[in-house]
Amino acid sequence: MERLPKIQVNNLKKTFPLKDQDFVALDGVSLDIQDEEFVTVVGPSGCGKTTLLNVIAGLEKASGGEVLVDGQKVSGPSPERGVIFQQYALFPWLTVRENVEFGLKLAKKSRKETRETAAHFIELVGLTQFADALPKMLSGGMKQRCALARAYAVNPKLLLMDEPFGALDALTRVNLQGQLLQTWQSEKRTVMFITHDVDEAVFLANRVVVMAAKPGRIKEIIEVDLPYPRHVDLRLTPRFGELRNRVWSAVYSQELDLASYGEQVSGQPTQKKKKGN
Amino acid sequence: MKWLKNNRFSRATLNTMALLLGIGLWTYGNAIGLALPSPEEVVSRFFKLIESGLIVADIGASLQRVLIGFALGTTIAIPVGFLMGWYWIARGLIEPYVQFFRTVPPLAIIPLAIVLFGIGEEPKILVISLAAFFACVIATFQGVVNVDKTLINAATVLGAKDGAIFFRVVVPSSAPFILVGMRLGLGSSWATLVAAELIAAQQGLGFRMQQAQLYYQLDTIFVGLLLIGFLGLAMDRILLLAELRLTSWQERRVS
Repeated sequence: MERLPKIQVNNLKKTFPLKDQDFVALDGVSLDIQDEEFVTVVGPSGCGKTTLLNVIAGLEKASGGEVLVDGQKVSGPSPERGVIFQQYALFPWLTVRENVEFGLKLAKKSRKETRETAAHFIELVGLTQFADALPKMLSGGMKQRCALARAYAVNPKLLLMDEPFGALDALTRVNLQGQLLQTWQSEKRTVMFITHDVDEAVFLANRVVVMAAKPGRIKEIIEVDLPYPRHVDLRLTPRFGELRNRVWSAVYSQELDLASYGEQVSGQPTQKKKKGN
Repeated sequence: MKWLKNNRFSRATLNTMALLLGIGLWTYGNAIGLALPSPEEVVSRFFKLIESGLIVADIGASLQRVLIGFALGTTIAIPVGFLMGWYWIARGLIEPYVQFFRTVPPLAIIPLAIVLFGIGEEPKILVISLAAFFACVIATFQGVVNVDKTLINAATVLGAKDGAIFFRVVVPSSAPFILVGMRLGLGSSWATLVAAELIAAQQGLGFRMQQAQLYYQLDTIFVGLLLIGFLGLAMDRILLLAELRLTSWQERRVS
């Protein structure tokens, strides 16, 4: 069924003024994201992936192009586009429950609804026991789960996640990836997830968007045809390995061999660059 | 292994030992003929002054001045600090005055204050509130400037507009700075008070010591010094408790 994509990013440009010349963070990025899709964006640092997320969130203004959500042009931040930050960004003076209730109170929900919604999402991320704890009592992984519950509580159409697991150790990361997918399957939302971890990008996504730097642009989009629910040991399957290798090559080919960049723009795709599916 | 012993109990023991040692040295110095009143003399003078009711009136007068001045100074400083931190235009307009007058010791204002307001309560309270104001305004301003941008972004994407961001993010997040500013403000208010009373007053701890100086009553001077110290310490502890209460959410190195 053809329908209007949830998110339409049309020819987005973003430049930052520098002393000599402008730095081009995003150079004509176009991307459609369907409803309830889980898209990961992966790329080397400086490829503009966080900038892309911030522009979609409305936290930064685009220098050109536009972002449409359900056909409506984005002009600033809104609770319909929830953001999860790498630094957790919990309010340290509020308990887990109060953090999750923050957006609901701003939306002037009734006392009862606020309580119930918060309790539901705290339960969903498994923090019920810690509902009255302050963030300083929580581990990094728990903080990020609290941030997820807080973002979910205001019922956003789109969840934007900016390297949410970037500051966590490898074991916790893997755990949280599994939990995130569980949460996402019980409460489907459209997700755009930024990461620099190829493994994570493939494990989570319907589609992996690979970006390249200087100037920031989309290099390749790779479909991940693995069924949900996905379990940790999916990583050991050959198909996962193949997809992982494809994404890895797409991310690193530019990094490793700048000479091949000239080939690519002159329209001679190398073999590994063949379009997926 | 040393750090294991760094707990409340052993710290309190060390504190007590240091105090006893200090009193011991004082008694010893007195015994070998230094021209100081002995600890007993100071204590008995203290009780005599209480009996006569003089010192109670002095304490009352001093506390009243410092509390009014401090309250006035911080009540003005906190909104001004917020204005400076939040609106760059306000900062541009106010900052030169704050930065300039901050470097002028409040005591240097006393001659001017006496000329303008006479020798009543007003000049003292004015000078005390100036001292509290400058300590607190800078701290509040710093607090607002230091608010984590990510927290503001987080509130924004949850639907917070300017007012909500201010009251639900900026105010609580700068509270630790403000409370530290208030403690500094109280300290400088107290210091300024005593000096102001030394110059012009008919009552107060500073005045009492000034009088004692004229009559060579060293024990009264000691009573005054100790009282000033203890009262200052007590007020600081009260604010410290409030600070710990209100900002217990902060991650601290030592609990």
